[in-house]
Amino acid sequence: MKWPRHRDRAILAATPLVVVAAWACHHDTRLFVAATLNGVTLAALYFLVASGFALIFGLMRNVNLAHGSLYLLGAYVGYTVGDQTGSWYLGVVAGALGAAVLGVVLQVSVFRFMPGQELRQALVTVAISVVLADLMMWVWGADIYQLDPPEWMYGSSVLPIVQHYPTYRLILLVLAVAVGGGLWLLLNRTRIGMMIRAGVDDRMMLAATGVNMQFVFAVTFAIGAGLAGFAGVIGGSALSISPGEDTRYLLASLIVVVVGGLGSVAGTAVGALLIGLSEQYGLAYAPTYGVLFTFLIMVATLFYRPQGIFGGR
Amino acid sequence: MDGTSKMLRRSLLGTAILLGCTAAASAQQELKVGLVASLEGAFAVLGQDAVRGAELALKERGGVAGGKKIVFVRGSSDASPASAVNATRKLVEQDKVALMIGPLSGSEGVAVKDYAKTQPAVTFIDGSSGGQETTLVNPSPNFFRFNLDGAQVMAPLGPYAFEQGSKRVMVIAEDYAFPYSQVQGFMSGFCKAGGKVPRKAWIPIGTKDFSSVIASIPNDVDSLLVVLAGADAVNFIKQYDQAGGSKKVIGGSVMVDQTVLSYRGRFRSNLVGTLSSGWTADALETPAWEKFVADYRASSKEAFTAPSYFAFAYYNAVKATLNALDQVGGDLSDGQAKFRKVLAATQLQSPVGLITLDHNRQAVGPAFITKIVQRPDGKLVSSVVKAVPKIDQHLNMSKAEFDKMGIGSRDVPACP
Repeated sequence: MKWPRHRDRAILAATPLVVVAAWACHHDTRLFVAATLNGVTLAALYFLVASGFALIFGLMRNVNLAHGSLYLLGAYVGYTVGDQTGSWYLGVVAGALGAAVLGVVLQVSVFRFMPGQELRQALVTVAISVVLADLMMWVWGADIYQLDPPEWMYGSSVLPIVQHYPTYRLILLVLAVAVGGGLWLLLNRTRIGMMIRAGVDDRMMLAATGVNMQFVFAVTFAIGAGLAGFAGVIGGSALSISPGEDTRYLLASLIVVVVGGLGSVAGTAVGALLIGLSEQYGLAYAPTYGVLFTFLIMVATLFYRPQGIFGGR
Repeated sequence: MDGTSKMLRRSLLGTAILLGCTAAASAQQELKVGLVASLEGAFAVLGQDAVRGAELALKERGGVAGGKKIVFVRGSSDASPASAVNATRKLVEQDKVALMIGPLSGSEGVAVKDYAKTQPAVTFIDGSSGGQETTLVNPSPNFFRFNLDGAQVMAPLGPYAFEQGSKRVMVIAEDYAFPYSQVQGFMSGFCKAGGKVPRKAWIPIGTKDFSSVIASIPNDVDSLLVVLAGADAVNFIKQYDQAGGSKKVIGGSVMVDQTVLSYRGRFRSNLVGTLSSGWTADALETPAWEKFVADYRASSKEAFTAPSYFAFAYYNAVKATLNALDQVGGDLSDGQAKFRKVLAATQLQSPVGLITLDHNRQAVGPAFITKIVQRPDGKLVSSVVKAVPKIDQHLNMSKAEFDKMGIGSRDVPACP
């Protein structure tokens, strides 16, 4: 019977936002629509990175603070392969595979030995991310890299109201929707997905039914890390690759997951959408203080719904 | 009793050995010099080139100055003021360096200058930070800067861009001390010439997605003044190209730097023709500069087509320091008084011309208006449009006139 109170509160919070949005839309429709599109497409990128993070946490209670490093490694590997072979598609595959392999290696050689020890895992992953950051700088230097997607993705598409809009960002959106859908299907319609979900709910019980937990863990880590690497190549083509991107995307993933709620695909999507939109509205209307919006959302979430918008527990 | 005295004797012996070692080390006459640059974060590529410049200057002297072997003790920041102060503090207080060179970025410089005031025994030589405040507001007597600040180098560009047909300009710049100075330098002359700046967007460092800023560019401006650095600049250029942007771009000094122009990706033809102004120009055709470029290129496999500003600034800072050390014969006694006096009177023959210091120990020297051209081999370089031999920290205005305008900030100057 709590629903009416929730609804009141939601209406109370939404009204000023709607008024502001209506004003912004009336003031300059093109800018408002463009900023909204930019927010949604940026959210697509955040979703790609954060979904792997949320998946790994959901199953293993493992806050993998090296997730950003997997993103950056995927991007670098993708660039190198793309540059050598001349095929962007091969780069995407290589980036995702490279990160997935590293993810499995980390799981098998490190995390396997510290199940359930959250603090230790967090510290170890921070250490790994620092080591990886330096190793990557050693191999690829501090130069700025940009992957170029195939020609047909590069230019701009004609859309109503905003006129020219970068095609690649639209593709980003399509990819995120596809990955989100695929992830949902994997978790809800396949045997391994069933095991992962069962593991999320009760690990001991799942192990007792004879499932090889180590295998489930390794697969989950591979998928999560692979998604990070995939996002690295996709994001590196939309924006750029350089040292420091690892912590940037780790932070983005953390915020998205905190806001959206841990361990749910829908939560991650909503969290990514909120953060992406707030960043872009910020840049369009108040560039200097735009960063604040993100953290205001985070503070409000932690205050009113500490488990995240879609968080179960 | 006997045990205690034995132990005492042992520890005395240990101390003696330890002291002996220290004495032996100082017999080699090593001098530790702290070197702080941004080797992590968004400006890492800038920091790496800065270190190349610093090492080149040391190598030219065979690693020796004032009869002492110079040893760099390195520290790294991530371009935030706090990280620069931490790195500097570590070098000064733990490693006990006698001299400090660095930091790299604008707001870092302001913070390190404030820290310098608490360490009067150490001399600080700025690396490449270009915030105006650093040497203009409450300068520290032990802080020296051999590079022009961000406003000095941009000052010649304002009137020139106006002449070239830029009448209404939107500013897109990172939100910290150095871009404030750059925008002020540009606007001081631009507004005086009759130009208008209806909108300024100050953007946090590390912003990668500029699409909404690009969407917010008003229709009634004819040019953009873009003061971004490193990866941020590369992202802006690509996204502006993808969005089909057609307004003229005027670049901040580090926007047209080799750290940006040498990025690994597809060549963007819309960069050619970009006007800017800076401390150097890649294609400056003087023997001193060409020698510097050749030495720089020979110094490292990863070196850029031409030294970036950061390599140039750190090179100058180290060179001036070593020159002064030579002149005083490595004498840093008496609170480094003699050394500082010589350093303040330096007449530095830099690769671009003479640099001297004013009464605030701030550089007075040449600046260059530049334009991006594509070399036959496909590389992008900046070529000289106009050279200004000497520009001081008041932008060659009188002090009264400069003070009326005030220190550059988000809102100063304004001509909407």
